[in-house]
Amino acid sequence: MSDLAGVDWDLVVVGGGNAALCAAIEAAETGARVVLLEGAPEFYRGGNSRHTRNFRCMHRGPLSVLTDAYGEDEYYDDLIRVTKGQTDEGLARLAITTSEDCLPWMENHGVRFQPSLSGTLSLSRTNAFFLGGGKALVNAYYNTAEDLGVAIAYEAQVKHVVVTGGRFEAVEVEIGGERLTIRGRAVVLASGGFQSDLDWLARAWGPAARNFLIRGTPYNRGVVLKDMLDQGAESVGDPTQCHAVAIDGRAPQYDGGIVTRLDCVPFSVVVNRDGERFYDEGEDVWPKRYAIWGRLVAAQPDQVGYSLIDAKSRDLFMPSVFPPIEAGSIGELAEKMGLPREKVEATVAAFNAACRPGTFHPTELDGLATEGLEPAKTNWARPLDTPPYYGYSLRPGVTFTYLGLKVDDTARVTGPEGRYENVWAAGEIMAGSILGQGYLAGFGMTIGTVFGRIAGREAAAHVA
Amino acid sequence: MSLDQVNAGAPALEEARRQLEICNACRYCEGYCAVFPAMTRQKAFADGDLTQLANLCHNCRGCYYACQYTEPHEFALNLPAALADVRVESWERYAWPTGLAPMFQRNGLAIAMAVIAGFALLFAAVAALPGGGEGFYAYLSHGAMVAIFLPAFVFPMVAIGIALRRYWADVGGKALRASDVTGALHDAGRMKNLDGGQGQGCNFEDGDRFSNARRIAHQLILYGFLLCFASTSVATLMHYLMGWEAPYGFWTPPKMLGVPGGILLVAGVLWMASLKVKADHDLGAKNVAGGEIWFYIVLLVVAASGLLLYALGGTGAVAVMLPLHLGSVLTFFLLMPYSKMVHGFFRLAALMRDRQDKG
Ligand SMILES: Cc1cc2nc3c(=O)[nH]c(=O)nc-3n(C[C@H](O)[C@H](O)[C@H](O)COP(=O)(O)OP(=O)(O)OC[C@H]3O[C@@H](n4cnc5c(N)ncnc54)[C@H](O)[C@@H]3O)c2cc1C
Ligand code: SF4
Ligand code: SF4
Repeated sequence: MSDLAGVDWDLVVVGGGNAALCAAIEAAETGARVVLLEGAPEFYRGGNSRHTRNFRCMHRGPLSVLTDAYGEDEYYDDLIRVTKGQTDEGLARLAITTSEDCLPWMENHGVRFQPSLSGTLSLSRTNAFFLGGGKALVNAYYNTAEDLGVAIAYEAQVKHVVVTGGRFEAVEVEIGGERLTIRGRAVVLASGGFQSDLDWLARAWGPAARNFLIRGTPYNRGVVLKDMLDQGAESVGDPTQCHAVAIDGRAPQYDGGIVTRLDCVPFSVVVNRDGERFYDEGEDVWPKRYAIWGRLVAAQPDQVGYSLIDAKSRDLFMPSVFPPIEAGSIGELAEKMGLPREKVEATVAAFNAACRPGTFHPTELDGLATEGLEPAKTNWARPLDTPPYYGYSLRPGVTFTYLGLKVDDTARVTGPEGRYENVWAAGEIMAGSILGQGYLAGFGMTIGTVFGRIAGREAAAHVA
Repeated sequence: MSLDQVNAGAPALEEARRQLEICNACRYCEGYCAVFPAMTRQKAFADGDLTQLANLCHNCRGCYYACQYTEPHEFALNLPAALADVRVESWERYAWPTGLAPMFQRNGLAIAMAVIAGFALLFAAVAALPGGGEGFYAYLSHGAMVAIFLPAFVFPMVAIGIALRRYWADVGGKALRASDVTGALHDAGRMKNLDGGQGQGCNFEDGDRFSNARRIAHQLILYGFLLCFASTSVATLMHYLMGWEAPYGFWTPPKMLGVPGGILLVAGVLWMASLKVKADHDLGAKNVAGGEIWFYIVLLVVAASGLLLYALGGTGAVAVMLPLHLGSVLTFFLLMPYSKMVHGFFRLAALMRDRQDKG
């Protein structure tokens, strides 16, 4: 590995996920000598990108697996709706309009697409799904990069980016316990957010964050982000916030990925540790409310919630990876889940009494609401009365953090004295400029692909 | 007692069930093969469902290399291996007479070689008896050949038929429609489930890179075998219907089918063996490598001795090659129900069953 230190690289790419790979491939295709430093071991390579399933893509007509059309304005409107305006319009429109070229570029570099997965038909127009998911995409890019002669180092944790007078000179990296200095003429920083550093998360969010689960890689600990901010790089995005959804409470601390998702909330009664309801479970269709439940659960004692359903609702949502807790009565279910029995029985009894007759429609807002209950359940409110009863525990699962490096429309990073001469950033580490709040399904990979490619091209042009 | 109950709680089935429940919550691999669409039609997996999915899986390994949950991840996904274990166990369980198959998995090579040698000696002895005839029949009378080969062909067909009936009952098969059969033959004819869903092929000899090598090698074997089989069938018809007796020259149907068939078979088996050496053994069935090798060796002996026999026709070598060829062919057929060869029959059955659910 120490031979990496002997070379004067044209481009050093920090990170080994989608954004890093797109940058490395673009630069290597111009003939640049590129080294990619992935902090994770080979098996865990690809960061959060290995957990993804699709990317959101603008298109004027049917394109590859995408049906119909999805224009710039509609895409932008969707973005504004979730970010409540907290976005850099120029960068956002750049990402959106460039996404259309990305799809064929991805196909030309080994990525394969498949029609929208069963159970996700609503996305078949806007999101192109990767055949085999994000890990297959990552594998394809690693193969392409290797074929282009990119040098790849695993377990290469970058500790410090050496920048003097606005100019990048080298990275200090630990590879298999050995500390090296790798010099280069340009650098692309693509090492993701900091969500896997629970201490940092706890400092930013509060001690409750120690009970959060991290949905993706344990290797995104924000080491490079912090190092750059400490050196005066300009930041964007709310440093205290993270994107969190409610996932199965039994998920592993890290890397549980997509299968820990739970879609049962709209059909359930959700109580907290004390057996009390705390929010309208039927506010909207689940894809639109998926993201707020992370915060709702995070605000409950011990950061945990319990979703209770009965036999009527068992088959209304995608199966979860962990089987539910099952019981013949609500009281028994409460006991099995470690909840106060009488309290839960009373909560469910009050809920059942507040349900009104009407037509239940699982796939649309059916207006089947409770009456005189606080908080109300405004749709899909059916009494829990048909055994067996089932319960799932819910915990906040963090997807990513919002704090990032500020970049311009060439993905160049801004330092204390204006733009750095030769430092670019792509992916999650700069996504805060565009996604200031909320999340739009499939937009993370769009940002990584668009800005990874731009960064790779710009960096290669700089050293050419 | 149904076979399901005999096998209830078997570790291979439990492990496959555990993994499929994870896949069913993920579904990222949906586009690779027929297994995933079939899986998403269900919420829970009975033993028969697992057996069907396992036989539908062609072990292309796409879903292993694409999986974010393979070891060291605690979910420990390795679906190709889990389904391979269920599949091989199902063949052993359905094989008739019951209990014979596991013996071959363990000692297949030794048994097969002993059987070939035994038959070859027998043929040599029979040939030594005084008799008349021309060509090959100078060595072994036609009557003797028929008396030996007819039962040797009928027995495996009956045995496999019984095994398939057991399978069909367990996987809940319905009455076959013509479209089930043609659809399945169409998929098998192109090895559709080894094409990775989009023609890129499978992951076998080169880690996570896709290639069609295994698919092509498999079809060389399949079509080589079918040509050889056609050659023998045509010769039989010529013998009985047209009174045209062996030996046949090159420009006759039996040779024009059999020689290319033999060449394809030899090339396919050697190529496949070389791919298997490079592939990761942990993605296939446990404890089955020995069981596969003997099958490949028998196949190779059949094809190579057949070709040599033709090449050496008229020389003294025939006295050695003919017993060897006939002995290996006989072995191949007799042991077919307990060899890797049965995979083709179960695969076709699984593809037909899958057609029924797709409607
Ligand atoms: C479960 C899950 C599902 C998701 N699904 C989707 C989806 O379907 N579509 C979508 O668009 N987005 C999805 N996202 C978001 C998406 O994963 C991210 O937006 C995207 O992967 C970011 O890409 P990236 O390259 O910036 O970061 P990552 O892919 O996370 O890559 C960061 C890389 O940097 C490396 N690294 C970190 N620190 C260092 C260091 N100090 N030195 C060297 N290397 C380091 C890491 O090992 C990793 O390889 C999902 C996220 C999760 C968690
Ligand atoms: S093999 Fe892995 S990636 Fe593929 S569907 Fe199953 S869990 Fe998902
Ligand atoms: S190994 Fe291939 S054929 Fe088998 S389930 Fe996985 S993707 Fe399908």
